[in-house]
Amino acid sequence: MQVHKYDVVIVGAGGAGMRAAIESGQRARTAVLTKLYPTRSHTGAAQGGMCAALANVEEDNWEWHTFDTIKGGDYLVDQDAAEVMAKEAIDAVLDLEKMGLPFNRTPEGRIDQRRFGGHTRDHGKAPVRRACYAADRTGHMILQTLYQNCVKHNVEFYNEYYVLDLLTVEEDAVREDGTPFKQKRVAGVVSYDLASGELHVFQAKSVVFASGGAGKVFKTTSNAHTLTGDGMGIAFRRGIPLEDMEFFQFHPTGLAGLGILLSEAARGEGAILRNSEGERFMERYAPTIKDLAPRDIVARSMANEVREGRGCGPNKDYVLLDLTHLEPAHIDAKLPDITEFARTYLGVEPYTEPVPVFPTAHYAMGGIPTNITTEVLQDNDTVVPGLYAAGEVACVSVHGSNRLGTNSLLDINVFGKRAGIAAAEYAKTADFVELPENPEAFTIQLLDVARNANGTEKVSAIRKELQDTMDANMQVFRTADTLNQVLKDIESFEERYTRINVQDKGKRFNLDLLEAVELGFLLELARVMTVAALHREESRGGHFREDFPDRDDEKFMKHSMAYKEDHAPADGSAEEAIAGVRLATKPVVFTRYEPMVRKY
Amino acid sequence: MSAELAEPASKIELPAGVGGGGEIPTFDITLRVRRYDPEVSAEAHWDDFKLTMYGTDRVLDALHKVKWDVDGSVSFRRSCAHGVCGSDAMRINGRNRLACKTLLKDLDTSKPITVEPIKGLPVEKDLIVDMEPFFQSFREVMPFLINKGHEPTKERLQSAEDRERFDDTTKCILCAACTSSCPVFWTDGQYFGPAAIVNAHRFIFDSRDDAGDMRLEILNDKEGVWRCRTTFNCSEACPRGIQVTQAIAEVKQAILARKI
Repeated sequence: MQVHKYDVVIVGAGGAGMRAAIESGQRARTAVLTKLYPTRSHTGAAQGGMCAALANVEEDNWEWHTFDTIKGGDYLVDQDAAEVMAKEAIDAVLDLEKMGLPFNRTPEGRIDQRRFGGHTRDHGKAPVRRACYAADRTGHMILQTLYQNCVKHNVEFYNEYYVLDLLTVEEDAVREDGTPFKQKRVAGVVSYDLASGELHVFQAKSVVFASGGAGKVFKTTSNAHTLTGDGMGIAFRRGIPLEDMEFFQFHPTGLAGLGILLSEAARGEGAILRNSEGERFMERYAPTIKDLAPRDIVARSMANEVREGRGCGPNKDYVLLDLTHLEPAHIDAKLPDITEFARTYLGVEPYTEPVPVFPTAHYAMGGIPTNITTEVLQDNDTVVPGLYAAGEVACVSVHGSNRLGTNSLLDINVFGKRAGIAAAEYAKTADFVELPENPEAFTIQLLDVARNANGTEKVSAIRKELQDTMDANMQVFRTADTLNQVLKDIESFEERYTRINVQDKGKRFNLDLLEAVELGFLLELARVMTVAALHREESRGGHFREDFPDRDDEKFMKHSMAYKEDHAPADGSAEEAIAGVRLATKPVVFTRYEPMVRKY
Repeated sequence: MSAELAEPASKIELPAGVGGGGEIPTFDITLRVRRYDPEVSAEAHWDDFKLTMYGTDRVLDALHKVKWDVDGSVSFRRSCAHGVCGSDAMRINGRNRLACKTLLKDLDTSKPITVEPIKGLPVEKDLIVDMEPFFQSFREVMPFLINKGHEPTKERLQSAEDRERFDDTTKCILCAACTSSCPVFWTDGQYFGPAAIVNAHRFIFDSRDDAGDMRLEILNDKEGVWRCRTTFNCSEACPRGIQVTQAIAEVKQAILARKI
């Protein structure tokens, strides 16, 4: 085991991690630990754009953007955070342009902007052109530009170092009102070097989690194989709560059967959805903005069409994305990559044929709770000094119960930058926290369980069954029965997980072992998501309970905070444990927007 | 700016059978994988796996089937699985391709499908190579915007035509399929290789950049663009369809003309 010492350690090298690294690297001694080579991160798969009220092509302002974000999130958004994001969006886009990002341009040479779901002029009057873009590979350009600037600033990367544990210590402390509590402090992280199989402990004054999402809990997903919720899982196991985990976004237009993302930009550029009768069904569900309604509404509408027998194909299990009325030259200029995906993977020519699509698990709105300076919270309001989170792994919360398209690329840039600055500034005055004794013990045990398991259960089989039950029971439509079914299934999966078999016994690039560890995180997170979904007996944004089809502001206008059983607050605010998870709640921050009925 | 569009019809007649579908055919393949694990043996060898696959499956699906159902020790990198992250470049039937973008039905399935690591970079284990020399070359061409003078308060202006000038080379995903298909790179690991030149091109021809001359000087080095023998392997290998050889030719011309 080796021990390294840095002022700031950033976990993850996607958009949020690298945006943080660019800031932190110029202010403090910084290391970035990443499971993947930086340019492999899933930020690169984002397509459509990044919204900011630049008003380059039509009237717009950040207050409208704030409103759209809050309404899009069905009012579960913390309004102070949404204001920060919409306001700082403008500089975030300009920062990227100055770093070299090749945005598409208007005839005047300014950054071009296009329409995107849920982004409107003057509080919902009509769609507005707010998304800044680079063809349909905006995420790719952001990831490349940030990596290029990390190279420029000599950011130190530890590639293929898989972080498996967060090192914290607890100190006795007293709140202002005199009640005693345990104050967590961050000491560092433990990582596993995939190439050698060796453990490396990183002692750090500040740790930034920017490790991305957990889409692989579902079968049909736009997410990469590597998005297994490691950061969320590590934090949760170490007693940090997870906020709003019941809210998972299903992107309407995944390639049917595959889940590969076709950007909402297709609809922004004029494509529409049709059912088996050739009907543009979104006219019925969202009469004003139709196909450009927010994703939760479009996904639910599609699933409903299929349910009511108006699906297409031999099994009537998908709908169609129709681009055939668009000029091929326009498609080539604005949507080259996604039309290529349709050709490569489904053999469909989008110029002349509509493309089979169905909702695909896309984005975790919930995650590690933070305040607007990205400091991680150990309960509703106690900051863990030195611990930060940004991007999909975090919950600020700017997305509430449903994220608007493009707001994730924005989130990683705005809050990634904030995290990098905050972590470095903190490290300037803070001291190192002494490492706990045997800092690697927890990780060794975690690895040994997987490595020495000599059972007969296959990791891939358990993972597939987990994904199947999540798709069947935790997707667009949910009921208490389907959720309880998931919990029952997970209980049996976790039992089987103790009897797995890892065939690869080597140290070098043991990706067999890696997948076993990842499955542990997936099981843990699926359980947290499902328990949170069971508690929320209402329908809001991405969470739709058929047994409670209405939004219930009186009982549920609050964030959920899920704690691992032994770590729930001792003040009696947390519910009884279900499946080892205790739920508490946290108030939503309101500034100027009263909740209204959400219509488009 | 997006073109204004007429509202599409609320309802249309769909032709019969639209959107594809129907039974997906299955077929049997033999996947022949180049294996190497220095913890086990200093020698590399081939392993054959007989698999039943679907018509929509890719080489990556076949590799996953092996890893997940047959032999967990088979090792390869992958992430996004749809051709944008650049993790799974490998040599498939002797050609560099991304495993996630290569459909099995497009290969000759009557013969074993061979899968090997990309060439010219040290093999770490099975299909995994050490990417560090590749990224080292990338870093050496100064792959970032360098700009003199005052920063504007808003964005720098760039015409749509100037933006188009380097569009092709912005598509690079750093998968190394081009560089590791280059015979010059195989014999001379010091050569920058096509990917680094592509990424230099991306900035040399960006109207906002002021360091084109410095990059041209770097690429005028004895390990620079002049080593290119125009074999076009790189253009054929690029999974993003970048005209790599043309980009290299444009850099050569720019060095000769010293005018961008």
